[in-house]
Amino acid sequence: MTSKTLLTLRVNGEAHEVAVPVHKTLLEVLREDMGLIGTKHGCELGECGTCTVLVDGQPVLSCLALPVELEGREIVTVEGMAPPGRLHPLQQAFAELGAAQCGYCTPGILLASMALLTERPDPTRDEIRQALSGNICRCTGYTKILEAVELAALRLSGAGAR
Amino acid sequence: MNKEELSVIGKPLAKVDAWEKVVGAARYADDFFLPRMAYAKIRRSDHPHALIKKIDTTRAKAVPGVYAVITGHDLPRVKFGILPVSQDEEALCIDKVRMVGDPIAAVAAVDEETAERAADLIDVEYEVLPPIMSVEEALAQDKVRIHEYGDGPNIHKAVAFEFGDVEEAFAQADLVREDVFFYEGNTHLPMEQHAAVAQWSPDGKLTLWSSTQTPHYVHRALAKTLEMAPAHIRVIAAPVGGGFGGKTDPFSHEIVVARLAQLTGRPVKIGLTREEVFYCHRGRHPVLMWIKTGVTKDGEILGMHFRSYVDGGAYGSYGVASLLYTGALQTVTYKVPRYKFEGMRAFTNKPPCGPKRGHGTPQPRYAVECHLDKIAEQLGLDPAEMRRRTVVDEYTKTANHLTVTTCGLRECIDRVVEASGWREKHRKLPYGKGVGFACSSYLTGAGLAIYWNDMPHSGAIVKVDRGGGVAILCGATEIGQGSDSVLASVVAEELGIEPKDIRVVSADSDLTPVDLGSYSSRVTLMAGNAAVQAAERVRALIHEAVAKKLEVAPGELVSRGGRVFVKDDPERGVSFAEAAVLAETLHGTLACAGSYTPPKRAGKFKGSGVGPSPCYSYSACVAEVSVDPDTGDVKVDQVWIAHDVGRALNPLLVEGQVEGSVYMGLGEALMEEQVFRKGLHKIPSMLEYKSPTTLETPEIHTILVETVDPEGPFGAKEAGQGPLLPVPPALANAVYDALGVRIDERPTHDEAAPLPVSRAALSRGSGTHDGRPRSRGHVRRGGH
Repeated sequence: MTSKTLLTLRVNGEAHEVAVPVHKTLLEVLREDMGLIGTKHGCELGECGTCTVLVDGQPVLSCLALPVELEGREIVTVEGMAPPGRLHPLQQAFAELGAAQCGYCTPGILLASMALLTERPDPTRDEIRQALSGNICRCTGYTKILEAVELAALRLSGAGAR
Repeated sequence: MNKEELSVIGKPLAKVDAWEKVVGAARYADDFFLPRMAYAKIRRSDHPHALIKKIDTTRAKAVPGVYAVITGHDLPRVKFGILPVSQDEEALCIDKVRMVGDPIAAVAAVDEETAERAADLIDVEYEVLPPIMSVEEALAQDKVRIHEYGDGPNIHKAVAFEFGDVEEAFAQADLVREDVFFYEGNTHLPMEQHAAVAQWSPDGKLTLWSSTQTPHYVHRALAKTLEMAPAHIRVIAAPVGGGFGGKTDPFSHEIVVARLAQLTGRPVKIGLTREEVFYCHRGRHPVLMWIKTGVTKDGEILGMHFRSYVDGGAYGSYGVASLLYTGALQTVTYKVPRYKFEGMRAFTNKPPCGPKRGHGTPQPRYAVECHLDKIAEQLGLDPAEMRRRTVVDEYTKTANHLTVTTCGLRECIDRVVEASGWREKHRKLPYGKGVGFACSSYLTGAGLAIYWNDMPHSGAIVKVDRGGGVAILCGATEIGQGSDSVLASVVAEELGIEPKDIRVVSADSDLTPVDLGSYSSRVTLMAGNAAVQAAERVRALIHEAVAKKLEVAPGELVSRGGRVFVKDDPERGVSFAEAAVLAETLHGTLACAGSYTPPKRAGKFKGSGVGPSPCYSYSACVAEVSVDPDTGDVKVDQVWIAHDVGRALNPLLVEGQVEGSVYMGLGEALMEEQVFRKGLHKIPSMLEYKSPTTLETPEIHTILVETVDPEGPFGAKEAGQGPLLPVPPALANAVYDALGVRIDERPTHDEAAPLPVSRAALSRGSGTHDGRPRSRGHVRRGGH
């Protein structure tokens, strides 16, 4: 058994103390030590974007990130996009418009989209394409994903508030 | 039923499982963490072809934290495979490995890292055999054999059919044309890597959660390979994170974790690495094709002769069916009164090919549609108009005994021609820009099961509780295509409630009636029909009880909007929950089963079991491209696709299937290829196996055409596979329109790339009739 290091990580606004080997990735720690199974893995080599989480608001591939370097940083996973029991407008739009089929790449794409909308509340379709170009989806052909991000942007800006 | 009378069907509703997926709560197989769980790793072959001389597990067993190490000797010596005729796989190979990635031994340990370290310490001695890496090598090699069975040395299967005298048709034709095409293999690349968790209980029962599209076939394979009573095995398909056919076979890792769970008394999980997923494969077969067609001067097809040379990989998998599919559906799109097909599937030392979206039909469709494009040009006809004239007639039988019911292909053609501005663009765009056209058809569910039996292909139970809650229990497997939502929608429509009032329990062999699985685009039609029957039976019980209470005839009642009421006097009625109480009071517990068996329509000849389906979907596609004449980079600007789906039960889901199919077709056409070098997979990673991102995927214009087929639930036909088929040839035809260069290979290759069988060998004994040299141009594939 490898020796473990005690770390305090801020995930979804809460402090979590975990004892993990230093080489364990953020992806593994989130899923295996913290039970946050919403973060998925598609390659564990940084090639597919599936494991995207936010660190200080920026999309980061959790399969390539080491928790030892992330103490004191704000980590957000799909479970923390909205207050418990509520949906973020992106989550609402993805469900309504059929942007999640198998749903496996969805958490990563939601978080990459959330980072985009924070920086650019009213992105063009090309800007959305650019922001999501590191996230592979094999089900949807991306069309409904782009539409859902646009709908969420509209609702967040208040113009499409229901 | 008219659209106006439908409350749920036809509405763009969110998927019933969307909500748990957008919050990350859906539990895929790898998301199961059970108390005391062990982690498994498989030691796989480093050689494409070798005899196993010795396996020594001593060092692996000595690693602290290892619970068990097994080889093939620790399992019953029983082979398995998806098709009864190709039982050629071992959970762990004993004497021989046939590809890099073949499983040899397995470890269960306290964590994944320990299991991996121990697996690396298993010592395997090999006697290396010459690898066979192509159809050409397979045919040339008669001393080294990959398997001891088949229709010849390294020939898994050879088939030949002739329906009518094609030579006579060619003699009568105004034009006879021959072409040769090659379609490279590619893989599914689901985002979820396969995973499975096995749990053994002390009374000798096994539970397996797996990312599988076919839990029923996994159930059968486990019973066979572990020599257990099927009644003691429970297989649950977890939500599948993308399948596309790649999770349709029973896999060695599912058997291995079951055995390790039995030996260790612990739950055992395995999650495959991305590289291992490339070795599981079962993807698109590389196929070399020769096609000869005789046509009238108007483009009417008089006869067609088709040959396919199929590179199967190391095992049978679905291969016999895949091979037959390369010849089965040519006749379903256009009228082909005389048809001849010859094909063979070779074994090679590569991961086994199998069913990828479109199963065995995208390759011949590519050949047929590019070939027809050339014919249209030779005849001076518009390729869209020529095809339109030759579309199959509704309610007819094809030359190879397939029954066509509804066909909306003419409308599909008209709609994409109109929407894309085809007439203004074809042969009229500036050099470097072009449009291409293609059509296709696909089955809505295989007419025959994988194993011979007369039982239903799908079953469903609809249960109504006293509070008006409705549960559907069905073996159908949700792989993202929306099968749970389809079941909820059709039952909601029948019972007059909302899909969200329904709980769907699916793909659990202990709880749900058998459905054969999510393959061959069968679920909406077959599980949908089973669920409709179950719901109709429950509704009849409910109406009987409500009729008694209201003192009317049951036939006067309708269920809609959460109520059961008198059709001509809507005020007279009860809520659905009240109706449930009345019905349970009268009849006892309310649960009805329904099932579906497809019509028996196969022809009476060997091999006729592949191709029949209750009905066929149709698609027409226009692709518009910009090609750089200097670099050959192909950029797809727009795609228009019209799809005859019978009836769109939920247009949002159907569009999603069509768009996903177009995307996957573009990936195959432009960049995806499963290729090998020196016995090794060239690119077993997502970085190097190029697939389209948001930047390469164009605007897709989807048009849904409805024909309301009598075979499907509410008239529905398939949508998940057919729309892929016309995309690669439409793209190739567009490149020709742009540059005047024909691409007879997919994806486009360098000139020097060798073909598995020489073109000369293919066309031996059949000279070209048109007297023109076959054009063969090459465009290098675009960057990424």
